[in-house]
Amino acid sequence: MLKKKKQYFLIFLLPTLLAFIIGFVYPFFQGIYLSFCKFITTSDAQFVGFSNYIEAFQDESFLHSFWFTVAFVIVNVVLINIIAFFVAYALTMGIKGANIFRTVFFVPNLIGGIILGYIWQLIFNGILVNFGETIVSNATFGFWGLVILMCWQQAGYMMIIYIAGFQSVPGDLYEAARIDGATKSQILGRVTIPMMAPSITICTFLTLTNSFKLFDQNLALTGGLPTTVAADGTSIYQTQMMALNIYNTFYANGNSRGVGQAEAVIFFVIVVAISLTQLYFTRRREVQQ
Amino acid sequence: MDRKNKNTPGKIFLTVFLSVVSVVYVMPIIIILINSFKSKTAISASPFSFPNADSFYGFKNYIEGMTFGNFPFWISVACSLFITVGGVFLILFCTSMSAWYISRVNSVFCKIVYYFCVFSMVVPFQMVMYTLSKTADTLKLNTPWGILIVYLGFGAGLAIFMFTGFVKSIPIEIEEAAGIDGAGPLRTFFGVVLPIMKPTFISVGILETMWIWNDYLLPYLVLDIKKFRTIPIHIQYLNGSYGQTDIGAIMALIVLSIIPIVIFYFACQKHIIEGVVAGAVKG
Repeated sequence: MLKKKKQYFLIFLLPTLLAFIIGFVYPFFQGIYLSFCKFITTSDAQFVGFSNYIEAFQDESFLHSFWFTVAFVIVNVVLINIIAFFVAYALTMGIKGANIFRTVFFVPNLIGGIILGYIWQLIFNGILVNFGETIVSNATFGFWGLVILMCWQQAGYMMIIYIAGFQSVPGDLYEAARIDGATKSQILGRVTIPMMAPSITICTFLTLTNSFKLFDQNLALTGGLPTTVAADGTSIYQTQMMALNIYNTFYANGNSRGVGQAEAVIFFVIVVAISLTQLYFTRRREVQQ
Repeated sequence: MDRKNKNTPGKIFLTVFLSVVSVVYVMPIIIILINSFKSKTAISASPFSFPNADSFYGFKNYIEGMTFGNFPFWISVACSLFITVGGVFLILFCTSMSAWYISRVNSVFCKIVYYFCVFSMVVPFQMVMYTLSKTADTLKLNTPWGILIVYLGFGAGLAIFMFTGFVKSIPIEIEEAAGIDGAGPLRTFFGVVLPIMKPTFISVGILETMWIWNDYLLPYLVLDIKKFRTIPIHIQYLNGSYGQTDIGAIMALIVLSIIPIVIFYFACQKHIIEGVVAGAVKG
C-alpha cells in the first residue's frame, strides 16, 4: 500500500507543493537574502552585508513603532482576556438569552480590519468633534482608539474559546468544592481558573500575536497619524505599529527597501520568539498533566 | 448542577447588565446603518442623530456608492466572492490530499514539507510581502485566477497542519481494508478518508473563508489593481486616494459589505463556533 501511494506523489502532493514554493518558500528565502542587499527591484540587488540592519536599528520611526506596538500589545492582551474571560464566565452560568449575547459579541470578529477601521473612525470623530478634536489630532486618542477597536473585535473570538474551556471543566469538581464548603470566589480562584489554564494560555498567545501583527485596523483608523519631526528631519508617525511602519519604509520610498526588508526580518524574528515561548509553555503544561 | 438552573437575583441582574452591554456593542453597526441613509453634510455634522426630513437621503447613498469612482462596486463584490470561494475550495481540495499523503507516506521529505508548513504559519506577511508580490507578478498570477494559487501556497500551512493532525487519528486499518478490497489510493482517499474528514473540512473552510474574505494587503499587492479589486481594497481606495471622499457612499458600502458576513454567520453559526475552537486548540 505504501509503495503504491508513493507513486501518487504527482497527484497528491505536487500541486500543493508547487503553490507552497511559489507562495511561501521562495519569497521567504529571497526576502532573507534581500535584507542583506541594496535594491529597488529584485533584479538590481547588490549585496551590502549587515548595513541594512544597522540602519534599521538607527531608524527612529522604526524604534518608535516598536515601543508603540509593545505598549499596545500589553494593554490589549490584558484587556481583551479579562473582558472575554468574564463574559464567557457569565454566559456559561445558564442565563437566559446566552446564545443571543454570544452572537452579538462574536459577529464583529467576522468584519474585516479595513472596514472596522472606518466604522470606528466615524464613531470616534463623531465624539471628538464636540471637543474640537479628531482621532488623528493626538496620538493618545489613536492609541486608545485602536485598543477599543481591538477589544470590540477580538473579545468575542476569545470568549468563544473561553466558553469551550468552561464547558470542558468537569461538573463534579464544582460539586466537590461546594461540599467542602468553598465560597463562590474560592471556587473561581481555586478550581475554575486553574482548570482554565490551557484556554488562558491559548487566548493570551492568540491576542499577543494578533495584536503584534496588526496592520489593517491601524492603516484604516489612523494611518499612523499624527506625525512629529525627528531630530534628523524625518517625520515620525506617532500611532504607527510595526507592520505598518515596515510597509511604509518599503513602499513610500524606493531607496529604503533594503532597510524595510531588514526590518521585516527583525519583525519576523520577534514573532518567532513569541511563538517559541508559547510552544514552551504548552509543552511544559503537557508534561505536568 | 444547580449552578445552571436557579433564577437568582444575581442572574437577573447579570442578564440585564449583559443586555445593556450588548446594545452598546452593536451600536457602532447601527450608527453606520442609520448614517447610510443620511446626507453627506448631516453625517459629518451630527453622526449620532436620526435622519430628519432634511437629511434623509433614502437609498441615494447606496446608488452613489455602487457607481462612485471609476470602478464599479459590483465588480469588487464579484472578485471577493470568486477569490474567497475559489481559494477556499482549492485549499481544501489540494491540502487535504497532501496532508493524507504526508502522514501516510511519512518519509523524510514529507516531514520536511510538514515542518515547513507549520513554520509558515508563524511568519508575518510583511516578511514576504514584496518578494511574494514580485514572484506573483513574474508568473502572471495577478488575476483573480492566479491569486488562487498564491492563496493555496500562503494558506497551505494552517490547512496542512490541521488536516495532518486529523488524519493521524484515523485508524489505518480502515484504509488497509479498502486496499484489500481492491481500491487504489485515489479511491481510498475519496471514498473512505474524505467522508471521515468532513468535520475538519468544515473547520478549515471556515477559518480560511474568514481570512481570505477580509484580507487586504495580499490581494492589494498581488492583484492588478486597475482591473481587479476586492471589497476591502475598494473601501480603502474610496477613503484614501480621491481627495474629496464621499462619506455617505462609504457608509452605504460598509453596510453592503457587512450584510454577506451576517448572512454567512447565521447560515453556519454552529460550524463557525466549532471552527474557531478547533483552530484555537491547534494553532
